[in-house]
Amino acid sequence: MINIALPKGRLGERVYSAFEKAGFACPSIKENNRKLIFENEETGVRYFWVKPSDVSIYVERGVADIGVCGKDILEEYAPDVYELLDLKTGICRMAVAGKKEFYDDGERTLKVATKFVRVAKRYYAQKGRKIDVIKLNGSIEIAPILGLSDVIVDIVETGTTLKENNLEVKETIFPISARLIANKTAFKFNTKEIERLVDGVKKLLEETGDKL
Amino acid sequence: MSETVLKKEERVAIALRSLYKKYGYLPYKMSKFEAYDLYAQNKDFLVGEGVITFTDTDGKLLALKPDVTLSIIKNAGDNGEKQKVYYNENVYRISGDSKQFKELMQVGLECIGDLSVYDIYETLTLACASLAEISPKFVLDISHLGILSGVLEEIALGEVFDNKAQKFVAEKNAHELLSLCETYKVSKEQTEKLLVLITAYGTVESVLKTLAPLCKTGKTAKAYEELSSLCSLLKTSEYAENIRLDFSVVNALNYYNGIVFKGFIDGIYKSVLSGGRYDRLMARMQKETGAIGFAVYLDLLEGFEETRGAYDFDTLILYDENTDIRALVQTVETLIANGETVRTEKTQGKWRYKKLVNLQAGDKV
Repeated sequence: MINIALPKGRLGERVYSAFEKAGFACPSIKENNRKLIFENEETGVRYFWVKPSDVSIYVERGVADIGVCGKDILEEYAPDVYELLDLKTGICRMAVAGKKEFYDDGERTLKVATKFVRVAKRYYAQKGRKIDVIKLNGSIEIAPILGLSDVIVDIVETGTTLKENNLEVKETIFPISARLIANKTAFKFNTKEIERLVDGVKKLLEETGDKL
Repeated sequence: MSETVLKKEERVAIALRSLYKKYGYLPYKMSKFEAYDLYAQNKDFLVGEGVITFTDTDGKLLALKPDVTLSIIKNAGDNGEKQKVYYNENVYRISGDSKQFKELMQVGLECIGDLSVYDIYETLTLACASLAEISPKFVLDISHLGILSGVLEEIALGEVFDNKAQKFVAEKNAHELLSLCETYKVSKEQTEKLLVLITAYGTVESVLKTLAPLCKTGKTAKAYEELSSLCSLLKTSEYAENIRLDFSVVNALNYYNGIVFKGFIDGIYKSVLSGGRYDRLMARMQKETGAIGFAVYLDLLEGFEETRGAYDFDTLILYDENTDIRALVQTVETLIANGETVRTEKTQGKWRYKKLVNLQAGDKV
């Protein structure tokens, strides 16, 4: 039995159908109910939905053998897991954004609002820029508008929200896409099964031209 | 009796101590405190976790020992004699995420001196035997850092590239290693060499075969030779089936060199054993000699393969002020003599027990 943690939401659903095509089907997952765990003994697979930012925790702690989560989460939490595959989906980027008219002259401490505290700290430490990190849990874009911060470090997909609020991307920190991760112990003892899934999804990526 | 009283991690700790003793390793006991300087100078050696510090009565900064190896090296003599020691100590750290203080039980051994192939073989076999003591379902992943650092030296792009490449190899992250090589314009042939370190893992024979054509010159050839001669020795050991080669075992290159290894147990979410050859760390501490060792993280065994008992004790005996104490004592002793576990209480409480003996006399008129 191989345990797979999927992120709740559209991304998770898309990834599930890829896994299904790779031979890890679990039809009960498509039933419309409030169950959280789905099992198919025939294909030897158990899926569960979890909050996207928690996937890496389930995998690192081994309750899930493999899982799918964004590179943003991996960069922020640096879990001790294997990163086996770039699924080339859920594409966006980690970026610094601020008001269009804002210019960082470097004269004073830069106020940075973000959900990704470690990413922000690491990025500015590399640049040798002194910052004041303000940890927020949502609606990050509002921070520079209200003057809570100078800039934000956040995920940018299309940039529409930024544009509508007179904000713009100042710098890109790193590109993001969904990654297939595996628990290290699980990889040792379920090597064949995990390889079969990885190879199946790899083939699918090749066939579809990286479009899951 | 000891089977039921001792927890898994305690049983294993005792078994491991006697195992290491059989091979002539001597017990090493040390203080719980150590000068903080020792850890400050070798910060990266203590992967990712904080040290608990305090000042002593002279105002000197001390640390609650977060690691045993550094203290053993510090105290290792320079007289050229080989030292083989084992320890069973608690170490103290601040956990990275939750910032909590943690007390961790470790058992391990160190072999310091002029190392022969036999010493390395013995260390690896003892690592296997240690894992087997915990569970027969184990895997020991072995790697040789000489191969990775040899390839990186051939590519020669400097520290930033090396660190990133190392991280990706440790994560089995082929896609990002590829794009890193593209960014740095690494030749196709050399990229292939790095990639093989991710894709080649598994049984000793298959990996050695894949690696052979890539390790033809210089440092990699020497490392390959050492690895394959060790593997041919290990082939005949009783643990041959449990040994794999896997280059994602990457310990910090500035401390470790040569053979490194990690042990995994089916059912425990992260590696319970970690070790390797750390001549570089010795050199950093001004000791020009070889050293190899490993530690077993016994705290990870908590709850492993243990089912909670259905009962807290066999019999609950109820008594009150008017119970005849002599009768109570006698009942308790008879039951214990019969091998039962007994608890005396005045109220029934929430305990789980098989049998209730009520000696309460109630109010006597």
